[in-house]
Amino acid sequence: MPETSYLLAVMAIGFVITFALRALPFAALAPLRRSALVARLAVWMPAGVLAILAASTLRNTLGQTDGRGVAFALAGVAVTAGVHLLGGRRTLLSVVLGTSTYVALVSFL
Amino acid sequence: MLVLSSNSRNPVARLPCENCPESDTTLEPVTRRAEIAAGVRASFAAGLGMYPIGIAFGLLVAQSGLPLWVAPALSLTVFAGSLELLLVGMMAAGTPLAAIALTTLLVNGRHAFYAFSFPLGVIRGRIARTYSIYALIDEAYAITASRAGWSAPRLLAMQVAFQCYWVGGGLTGLLVSTLLPGVIHGLEFSLSALFVTLTLDAVRTRAGLPSLLLGGLSFSVALVVAPGQALFVGLGGSVALLLARHVLTRPREEQPDA
Repeated sequence: MPETSYLLAVMAIGFVITFALRALPFAALAPLRRSALVARLAVWMPAGVLAILAASTLRNTLGQTDGRGVAFALAGVAVTAGVHLLGGRRTLLSVVLGTSTYVALVSFL
Repeated sequence: MLVLSSNSRNPVARLPCENCPESDTTLEPVTRRAEIAAGVRASFAAGLGMYPIGIAFGLLVAQSGLPLWVAPALSLTVFAGSLELLLVGMMAAGTPLAAIALTTLLVNGRHAFYAFSFPLGVIRGRIARTYSIYALIDEAYAITASRAGWSAPRLLAMQVAFQCYWVGGGLTGLLVSTLLPGVIHGLEFSLSALFVTLTLDAVRTRAGLPSLLLGGLSFSVALVVAPGQALFVGLGGSVALLLARHVLTRPREEQPDA
């Protein structure tokens, strides 16, 4: 079993680097608050970033399944998106029904 | 000063008045309670994904042979789900600290992009602002990016709730590992489902489509050229494409010949 000092060192490194990555951009952007570029990026970025996060987490899920798993995941995404657009954009409802679809397909088919 | 309130999609985030240093402490107690409740409500959908993944993380720690305190300790220091899952295996293998540092930099590099639109400007206190930065996880960015109307108590309540789900999930996983493993497969899909709904919310009008397409293009290229670092490379590429879009669509009345 690894030494406690090693485990604590890993956590200290993970904490310092992760916090710095989260904090430094705020300091760097502070002088640019009135810049047109930063204002436009703030509006433009979410759609692309969220889509990439969706695709990336989906890829992690698919990495653990076979060909049928891809079809199940696509069915889950379709139910999630369909419920969200037709059901009044109630996030929790869409996520619960989409996830239930995927879990049921993976467990029972 | 670590302040950024340039989220122009989200003008309410500057409430109640940008020049009042004590703006968030002047909220009526009833309003404050309602705001905290709203923050906890906003955390539910993401919590549905975070709690089961936290359980998986706790199970992983228990099975790795590492001491059990590593699970809550990692979630309180690093607090970044995907990195924590990676670190468990690396710690169990005794990976050199330099490799740990590089992995942290690459896996969490995406957080550097979140400052552009995270409504940190609504929080005034130094300690509260430091916590908010520390707890700027993917889910916190995603929820704030898709909704307007943030206040300090609402934002902080959501972030504290997220950390409770994550740490609680890890502890639950440790507990479950001592019982019979009646594991439900596929719950991790809820995280993807959440990001799908948030993407749909961010693209309510046709004006959001170019960003979506550029992001899709960037991630597709990243999958081919850097499959191991697709998330980081894809995000970096999407920012680069948006910078190009900014340059190409900039109003040019000052330079008619350009």
